[in-house]
Amino acid sequence: MGRITLDKVRKAFGDVEVIPPLDLTIEDGEFVVFVGPSGCGKSTLLRLIAGLEDVSDGQIRIDGKDATAVPPAKRGLAMVFQSYALYPHMSVRKNIAFPLRMAGLDKAEQDRRVAAAAEVLNLTDYLDRRPGQLSGGQRQRVAIGRAIVREPAAFLFDEPLSNLDAALRVGMRLEISELHKRLKTTMIYVTHDQVEAMTMADKIVVLRAGHIEQVGSPLDLYRAPRNLFVAGFIGSPKMNLIGGAVAAGHDATTIGIRPEHISVSAEAGDWKGIVGLSEHLGSDTFFHVTCEGIDGPLTVRVGGEVALDYGQTVWLSPDPAQIHRFDQNGLRIA
Amino acid sequence: MARAVTTRRKIATTVLAWAIGLLIFFPIFWTILTSFKTEAQAINNPPLFWGFDFTLENYAVVQERSDYMRFLWNSVIIAGGSTILGILVAVPAAWSMAFVPSRRTKDILLWMLSTKMLPAVGVLYPISLIFVEFNLLDTRGGLILVLMLINLPIIVWMLYTYFREIPAEILEAARMDGATLKAEILYVLTPMAIPGIASTLLLNFILAWNEAFWTLNLTAASAAPLTAFIASYSSPEGLFFAKLSAASTMAIAPILILGWFSQKQLVRGLTFGAVK
Repeated sequence: MGRITLDKVRKAFGDVEVIPPLDLTIEDGEFVVFVGPSGCGKSTLLRLIAGLEDVSDGQIRIDGKDATAVPPAKRGLAMVFQSYALYPHMSVRKNIAFPLRMAGLDKAEQDRRVAAAAEVLNLTDYLDRRPGQLSGGQRQRVAIGRAIVREPAAFLFDEPLSNLDAALRVGMRLEISELHKRLKTTMIYVTHDQVEAMTMADKIVVLRAGHIEQVGSPLDLYRAPRNLFVAGFIGSPKMNLIGGAVAAGHDATTIGIRPEHISVSAEAGDWKGIVGLSEHLGSDTFFHVTCEGIDGPLTVRVGGEVALDYGQTVWLSPDPAQIHRFDQNGLRIA
Repeated sequence: MARAVTTRRKIATTVLAWAIGLLIFFPIFWTILTSFKTEAQAINNPPLFWGFDFTLENYAVVQERSDYMRFLWNSVIIAGGSTILGILVAVPAAWSMAFVPSRRTKDILLWMLSTKMLPAVGVLYPISLIFVEFNLLDTRGGLILVLMLINLPIIVWMLYTYFREIPAEILEAARMDGATLKAEILYVLTPMAIPGIASTLLLNFILAWNEAFWTLNLTAASAAPLTAFIASYSSPEGLFFAKLSAASTMAIAPILILGWFSQKQLVRGLTFGAVK
């Protein structure tokens, strides 16, 4: 079980309020991702749930029980740190067994569980090595192994993949998602990478300056961002945001259109523009097009390999059904 | 050209280092040398570097006249006891300063260190009174306590600098893994800080071993360590210089050998964790 409820949770360091009173419910078995730019308070929020930071006000409940004043050791949560935080003086086996040893399990049970976790994480051959003798990916797996052996109520991940190289990161992302499917345990995952958020989450919590900007499934956030911040943060490349007369034409202060919802034509369209830089990814091509009457270049996504010359004149047409409208406060107009 | 300059500089610094080393070592060397001379030759003018009659008589006399082993044993107990007791007190203190610092932590550390700037004789009277009151005069327990307190600021400082090198996340991981505070300090912090703790133990053992002010003032016979053993051979007229030298050599030999075998740890200790 792992239902976590935050009730008006507030955190201040001295006079600086990093998290204003905040409510959030994380259902049992959910994969929740906290995402936001650095300094948005996502890691602090995770540490509050973990118990590594004291809550200034409000209440944290785990499975209905007040856990606000419960020390981290007694909350029944497991955490995977960005730096892995392995015990350098212990072998991989001892690292993974440490939480079991602390829980006072007998040796045979410890060995059984460590062997099972090592099997799942492909660490069986490395059990007698020290963390210093492992690669980054292997260390991360040891950290995950240490978390899963004790069968916690929930897993907390604090930017676990940011120290890995890009290729490894994609692999570990899949492994963690796979783990969630199999264990069906609540997972709370902190990242600044919106791709990780979109690909892994059941529910994304977008944070800015300690405030929750929006909570929803990845596609909810993609389809209907509640405000300009979420609109700009979710999706890659970023949504094009257009103000001025063009927006006024749609009865809005700002309109947003995603790069994948603009079509390009050499002959005719809504907006006339000049092609700037092109980015060829093979599967997609991104064009940066400067249009008349629109500030800043627009990003356009075209599937496959398409070549347009630098300086060439093109016509862009947004898909009218995919235009997001925002009012003068930056909030979505339904 | 550049290479030649470097080599010349290397030679110069090596020679200089040896010169300084020999200069510092000279008094010890002279003491050891004198301990093998006769009393007459020991005070000969000009001083004799060679050509004296090599004798072990001084050692024989010293050994006969006083019970070296008893002093040695007292030194071991007092230096060892005060160091171990100090570590036990300092580990939790350094833990809290390194990992849960408050706004006052730096001030407290400086204040602790500032007590080392006070001349010891300034508190001789109050401490003597306390010793009399609690019947601690000339007891090993009393000396262990005093030397522990005297060296505690250094022990806390050293451990604090070592602990600061340990990432806090690892201790947080232990907490998340269900470790109590005791388990966290015992199974995670201490094993990771073993090199630092070893240097601290060593340096403070040496400091306590050499401590003379309190050991001389607060002991008489039964708890007297090697410092008192040396002092018992010094006389205002400078007589029995050879015997004093023999006693001194016997007193410093154990710590000299210990220091020789643990040079690496010691250097680390003296640099207060600045060198990794």
